[in-house]
Amino acid sequence: MKTPTDTTLILPALARRRFLQQGATLSATAVALLGGCPALAAGSGDGQAAGDVRILNTALAAEQEAIAAYQLGADSGLLSASIRSVALQFQGHHKEHAELLASTVEKLGGQPAAARAHYDFPTAGLKAEADVLRFAAGLERGAVSAYLGAVPLFANRELAKAAASILGDEAMHWAVLRQVLGEVAVPTAFVS
Amino acid sequence: MCVRKIRSGLLAGLLLAAAAAAAAPDGEALYGRCLACHALRYDRVGPRHCGLAGRLAGSVPGFAYSAAMRDAGIVWQADTLDRFLAAPAAMVPGTTMTYAGIADPAERAALIDWLLAPAQAACR
Repeated sequence: MKTPTDTTLILPALARRRFLQQGATLSATAVALLGGCPALAAGSGDGQAAGDVRILNTALAAEQEAIAAYQLGADSGLLSASIRSVALQFQGHHKEHAELLASTVEKLGGQPAAARAHYDFPTAGLKAEADVLRFAAGLERGAVSAYLGAVPLFANRELAKAAASILGDEAMHWAVLRQVLGEVAVPTAFVS
Repeated sequence: MCVRKIRSGLLAGLLLAAAAAAAAPDGEALYGRCLACHALRYDRVGPRHCGLAGRLAGSVPGFAYSAAMRDAGIVWQADTLDRFLAAPAAMVPGTTMTYAGIADPAERAALIDWLLAPAQAACR
């Protein structure tokens, strides 16, 4: 029988979402486990943790910007109802990523990066639905590369595993956006 | 004999084509890897890239750099970019560019050529 600390129960996004929906009363241990990070629950070296916090905070800043970008798209008036619904779903994923990253930074003794009050976006170039989708696809494609570049840097392998889980989600977003744009959804066998 | 020669020629041609393709990475396409954090014309999680050639690291006005980058004393040009992009944290320990790097020298060269090209440098 699987217990609540079994990582096969913890890592899936659904389990994370369920935990997040239970409110802001998660214990630090639960936050660590939420990220599939049982080693964090037991503590880790300060130097290693500082490096991991830096990686997590860079990812958090990018997730916060992605949340703002999807809001810009949703509010643009350029998206059809069905596409807007999908965009908001993707934004919800980014919110979950950001909440997880911020919680983990705090667990490691760091200060989570704060979202900016204002983001610069290439709004002048967004004149049609396809422009918005192409912009979002570029961000998602970049996010795949960013997580891919971050995964090998984590001192804590459980954090690397959690980051790889997010990478997979970003790659799915990218593929869906490419498909909607009429491009080959999965253009290569490998991402880089 | 003739068939063997044709086969050899085709094989050589395919190998050459593959080598040519492998030897010519597309700098603009490679820049797609940077798009989670960077843009040419405006600051994001990372600083803007236009005007990069000859710029002192950590010097874009108003951008919140790490102390490590602010104090790095690096001037961005082809050779310093090549070292940095190979392993950012090795060249600037403490940088917030938490990216393992681009291992392939040809890919780095193509990306750097594109970044330092006049159109990108001048923000056109």
